[in-house]
Amino acid sequence: MSKGSDTRRHRRDFIKTGAALTATAVAGFPFVSRAQNKPIKIGMPTIQSGRAAMVGSSSRNGCMMEIEKFNAAGGLNGRMIELIARDTKGKPEEAARLSRELVNSDGCEILFDSESSAGAFAIHEVAKDLGVVVMHMNTETSSLTADPKLRVPTAFRASRQGIHDSIAAGSYAAKIAKDKGLKKWISCSPDYAYGRDSTALFLEYLKHFYPEVEVVGEVWPKLYQPDYTDALTKILQIKPQAMYSCLWGGDLTAFVDQSTIYNLFTQMESFTINVADYTILTAIKNLPKGLHSSNRYLSTFPKSEANAKWAADYRAKFNEYPITWSWENATGTKFILEGIKKAGTTEAKKLADAIRGMKIESPFGVDGTVTMREEDQTLVNYAIGWGQTIPKDPFMPDVTAVDWKVIYELETAWKKKNNYT
Amino acid sequence: MDLPALGNCVTSLSCIITQSTSGLIIGMLLFLVAAGVSLIFGVLKVVNFAHGSFYMLGAYLTLTVYGVTGSFLLAVVAAAIGVGLFGLLFERLIISRVYGSQVLMQLLVCYGVILILDDLVKIIWGAEFRSLGMPDVFLKPPFLFGGGVVPVYYLFLIVLTLIIAVLLGLAITKTRLGKIVRAVAVNPGMVSALGINTGLVYAGVFLLGGMLAGLAGALAAPVRSIVSGMGLSVVVESFIVTVIGGMGSVAGALVGSLLIGLVRSFGTIGFPLFTEGLMFLLMAVVLVLKPSGLFGRET
Repeated sequence: MSKGSDTRRHRRDFIKTGAALTATAVAGFPFVSRAQNKPIKIGMPTIQSGRAAMVGSSSRNGCMMEIEKFNAAGGLNGRMIELIARDTKGKPEEAARLSRELVNSDGCEILFDSESSAGAFAIHEVAKDLGVVVMHMNTETSSLTADPKLRVPTAFRASRQGIHDSIAAGSYAAKIAKDKGLKKWISCSPDYAYGRDSTALFLEYLKHFYPEVEVVGEVWPKLYQPDYTDALTKILQIKPQAMYSCLWGGDLTAFVDQSTIYNLFTQMESFTINVADYTILTAIKNLPKGLHSSNRYLSTFPKSEANAKWAADYRAKFNEYPITWSWENATGTKFILEGIKKAGTTEAKKLADAIRGMKIESPFGVDGTVTMREEDQTLVNYAIGWGQTIPKDPFMPDVTAVDWKVIYELETAWKKKNNYT
Repeated sequence: MDLPALGNCVTSLSCIITQSTSGLIIGMLLFLVAAGVSLIFGVLKVVNFAHGSFYMLGAYLTLTVYGVTGSFLLAVVAAAIGVGLFGLLFERLIISRVYGSQVLMQLLVCYGVILILDDLVKIIWGAEFRSLGMPDVFLKPPFLFGGGVVPVYYLFLIVLTLIIAVLLGLAITKTRLGKIVRAVAVNPGMVSALGINTGLVYAGVFLLGGMLAGLAGALAAPVRSIVSGMGLSVVVESFIVTVIGGMGSVAGALVGSLLIGLVRSFGTIGFPLFTEGLMFLLMAVVLVLKPSGLFGRET
């Protein structure tokens, strides 16, 4: 091969390389740059219409508390979070359809499930099928994460769990019952899966801690029943010493309003697990004194500066009180965002690996932290407490924290009993 | 099924009093809505599925007027008049255009109005449920009769509704206007040929039905959750009452409402898991034995 031909070849190579570099500079770098700036889309199927529309609004608000901070700090190497919320109307089939659409058509890389329990199971299946990370943020149905048959490696839960609440409720109520000798109990809960499960578990743990308890009656009003007169008069006829109720939302306010004019709450101790949430506390005009309730969300429990500040920021931003769905969605969002930062990517497997077992700082944790438990990818160590109402703000001034050691111990036994281990 | 509990109840005076008044309370509010549904269907042959939304509007208007004025009486009057006028507009502008159409078309129009009103109240009053709270005047310990318990507000509600039922019944059966309304229900063509403006009668019936539903919403506001879509369950029960009592009959609406109330109050003791089913069972029995309803006119 001659020297001249070598020179020509080098020149051709140089021209080719130059052309390639120019082409890359013209087309490639902007492509890379565009990819870096492409938003991280998160799809959020949630309820935005109908009677439960506040599920969607409070959930979205909770998410935005964290997303705005993340974006303001520069996102993930310039990639900002874009939350795309869609209305499921509370229908599981719509939740499944929208979840697929959000991933396949809108290009969402992650799903936030802010649906009811029925919708959550539908979204869970879609996430399993599509292999995307999903954070369940509202469902309290324990089996979703406890049952190994349902487990999906990329699915997590950042909401409270029915089993945790039932153990906490049973432990607290049993102590009061023992102190006051409350042996005759009645339940008044909504007649659907949540009401039945929650009541059965509560009574199981109440009897576990105080075996002398006798259930003398059960009342099962329908979901969204407007009038509780028949239920109330039945309760009055039975004359129990204590009542448990897991009515919630507008049903609970109507029940409390109607019970008040029957003087029901002066005739028995009432354990209404869902009262201590600001939606209820502020909606009931004549909130009775002395109702026992769990903290759904209270800015005063856990009693910390971080929690009070979070509630104040939320109110300043959205001009409304935060509620249980607000803190749960904020927590779930924070896990995802911390996971993205830790993994440096939104790729499902790496992100899931980063979140699994993660412990984050949180205003809602018992000791200022909450953990995404590795074994079942569910939230633990969030603050659970019980107390009694007063008619005015702070509505539940003294809250007794429930010991998580007790919850862990009985939860393990419950899992064994249900073959979940 | 808990038949021993039901047996104990019907042999105990206190239980009978408490459950009977409970039935009256449930029935009275239902009557106010059902009377409007029954009259409108009886006279206009329109299945006004949007009547529950009138009830909802009454509750929301009460919430606003009570919040502004602090007067429950004023709020109740404003709700009745306001919803009555809304009923009038609804008849003139919307439903009058589908008179004579198939029932399906009327249902479609009513359903559209329900959806619009549900969204409108969410825009105006917010999506979250609201509570009026019991007016101070009724915040008193309940009355005790023979061991039974009757809250003061419910006693007021029962008495007021009974007065309205009697006045309404007299107006329909004894006055000239009532005779015209009944005549229009039977033969509107003949009434029109006699020089009476039947369109005005139709509008008047919707005004009256609206007022009754608005009043029901207002009276329900202190004890029920005020929320978008709250009218649906009430309107379903109202149609059951209308079928039981007979189309267009005020007495039928009253008896039907009371029967539903009593079935629910005693049913919850004897058949706690089948109370809703009992209502439909009662309706089915009436349909089999007397298809036109207990007070309905045989055609």
